[in-house]
Amino acid sequence: MKTQVRKIAIEGNEAAALAFKQVNPDVVAAYPITPSTEVVQKFSEYVANGEVDTEFVPVESEHSAMSACIGASAAGARVMTSTASQGLALMWEMLYIAASLRLPIIMTVANRALSAPINIHGDHSDAMGARDSGWIQIFSENVQEVYDNIFQAVKIAENENVRLPVMVGYDGFITSHSVETIELLDDDVVRNFVGKYRPKYTLLDVDNPISVGPLALTDSYFEFKVAQAYAIENSLPIIKQVGKEYGDLTGRYYDVIEKYKMDGAEYVIVAMSSTVGTAREVVDALREKGLPVGLLKIRVFRPFPTEDIVNALKDVKVVGILDRSMVPGSFGGPLYHEITSAMYHFDKRPIAQAYVYGLGGRDITTNHIEKVFEELMEIGKKGKPNPLTYIGVRE
Amino acid sequence: MAINLRELALKEERLVSGHRLCAGCGASIIVRMVLNAIDEPVVVANATGCLEVATTIFPFTSWNVPWIHSAFENSAATISGVEAAYRALKKKGEINREIRFLSFSGDGGTYDIGLQALSGAIERGHRAVYICYNNEAYMNTGIQRSGATPRGAFTTTSPAGKVIPGKPQKRKNLTEMMVANGAKYVAQASPSHWRDLMEKVKKAVNTDGPAFLNIYSTCPRGWRTPDNSAISISRLAVETGAWFLYEVEDGKYKINYKPAKGFKPIEEYIKAQGRFAHLLKPENAHILEALKKDIEEEWNRLLRLEEVTNR
Repeated sequence: MKTQVRKIAIEGNEAAALAFKQVNPDVVAAYPITPSTEVVQKFSEYVANGEVDTEFVPVESEHSAMSACIGASAAGARVMTSTASQGLALMWEMLYIAASLRLPIIMTVANRALSAPINIHGDHSDAMGARDSGWIQIFSENVQEVYDNIFQAVKIAENENVRLPVMVGYDGFITSHSVETIELLDDDVVRNFVGKYRPKYTLLDVDNPISVGPLALTDSYFEFKVAQAYAIENSLPIIKQVGKEYGDLTGRYYDVIEKYKMDGAEYVIVAMSSTVGTAREVVDALREKGLPVGLLKIRVFRPFPTEDIVNALKDVKVVGILDRSMVPGSFGGPLYHEITSAMYHFDKRPIAQAYVYGLGGRDITTNHIEKVFEELMEIGKKGKPNPLTYIGVRE
Repeated sequence: MAINLRELALKEERLVSGHRLCAGCGASIIVRMVLNAIDEPVVVANATGCLEVATTIFPFTSWNVPWIHSAFENSAATISGVEAAYRALKKKGEINREIRFLSFSGDGGTYDIGLQALSGAIERGHRAVYICYNNEAYMNTGIQRSGATPRGAFTTTSPAGKVIPGKPQKRKNLTEMMVANGAKYVAQASPSHWRDLMEKVKKAVNTDGPAFLNIYSTCPRGWRTPDNSAISISRLAVETGAWFLYEVEDGKYKINYKPAKGFKPIEEYIKAQGRFAHLLKPENAHILEALKKDIEEEWNRLLRLEEVTNR
């Protein structure tokens, strides 16, 4: 069913707040932080004007934001929040707990660099610091995807076989503060898509008391963690299914990865979020010149779509993996490590080159990406990769 | 409001036996008194600490009421989320019961690491009762000093050394901080004065707004006291002025225990507990004097507050 399309020019943060409004969650507990502040700010306006039924809890810190979200979610409410950078870092303790308690909390993260030096601009250090927390992590290329991913996140998180929190990332400033024209869904279409949240067990069911968050020692802790690992692994087909349902509804289909001009591609860049948009331009231009280049976008980082990625890259000669965060003391960023590990057991695999770029919001331009492709072609001739390369840095 | 012992004895326990708290621990006594003083259904948030670890060792639980623990410093934030969910779902007609919300934390989770979350929750006005079971040190990790530890007391991080004999600082006055923070009902209580304690709980849960209870809680392990002395030591604390019983309702102070002939000598309280043993040595007499001065100053301040707020 294709509904009538309404279009609007809107900033990334405002689109996130609008999506929150359309979901009309029971509780939003949040704390402002650049570059995510407008989500909380705009949502407060909706609350103040009576446009949502939500109880807004303006907490005194991000740690309390996630704690209040945990309490509210365990009480049976549909809960949403937003943060970035240091805020996500302060939440770190509670992120693990939200996931382990299997609470379907939705959080947008306007991805931003971590201190020090303090820097308010976009990179993926914050989300990558939370990659082992047990949250599902989805990254958005542009404002439309921010908007679309939030609705899908609700449906994924609350799926009975998942029941896990979902983090929807988008690049700080680059996407959070950019005005783009996006297609909107009507409120009733959104509410129909996300449905009603019906948790199995809640704290407010006072006639059937439950104890949430007990002490589990050597005889049971491990089983809890493994059950949680299975839940996030099993969410992969559900994420795909929800992406397809969303496509049937809107015409915008989502998968866990996106292959762009990968047919016959020998030199491929892997990237996430807004850089994918820049890379598309370069791939188009180089393809015009007849060069066999392609682009692989990673939309879902957790659960890591191992098989999808390995299959997409198996016939590629050289892959350049672009990380917008670093792992000091290691030989590549998180994306590089995960992809190269995933390919280890397969005979058919490309040479992989590690890149780190764009830390603290440093621009990545089409020129930079062209140079990456040139380098990938040289590596192809040489037959082995160069050491980890930093793009656009003065050394 | 009146509490009838006969009726109390017939009430179903909301924290049942089988938990692993030490014999003589004040926490379980206090929790049972608190829960039995409330007639409505309750939801409890519990900070990490002795009470939490000893009552919910998976797959067992001692709690016959809905209970949540997530971390150490955040039980106030957690219960504020639960309360917000309750308001949201009640507004939508999905819940029609009257439910009360409680947070239990030790003095670590209240005075120190949890102070920010507590202050925020009270400022936002969530209708919940925030209860500190105050055993005056971090007991779950093995008796370390806290902001609630009284001057001179031994703990494993304020040992009775040759140069520094016990905790050099006086304790933080958290109860007064909660008054200043705007809690609508604030009280200090002791399980030795159980009727006073339970009446305060009733007032707190019937307060339309945030309420804070600071409840004195013995710890035989940490205080080096016999495990049959929970109530007698609690009584001694009240009778010697080591723990004042008072309440503040909408800013008005009322002292609930004011001995006509004055407090008993603090030495009686000190002698009963190993944590203060070193204060009886002649070379540490100045610390005992300083502790007495702390108490005197606090008491005189309280008397003045009672007077000026009831004029």
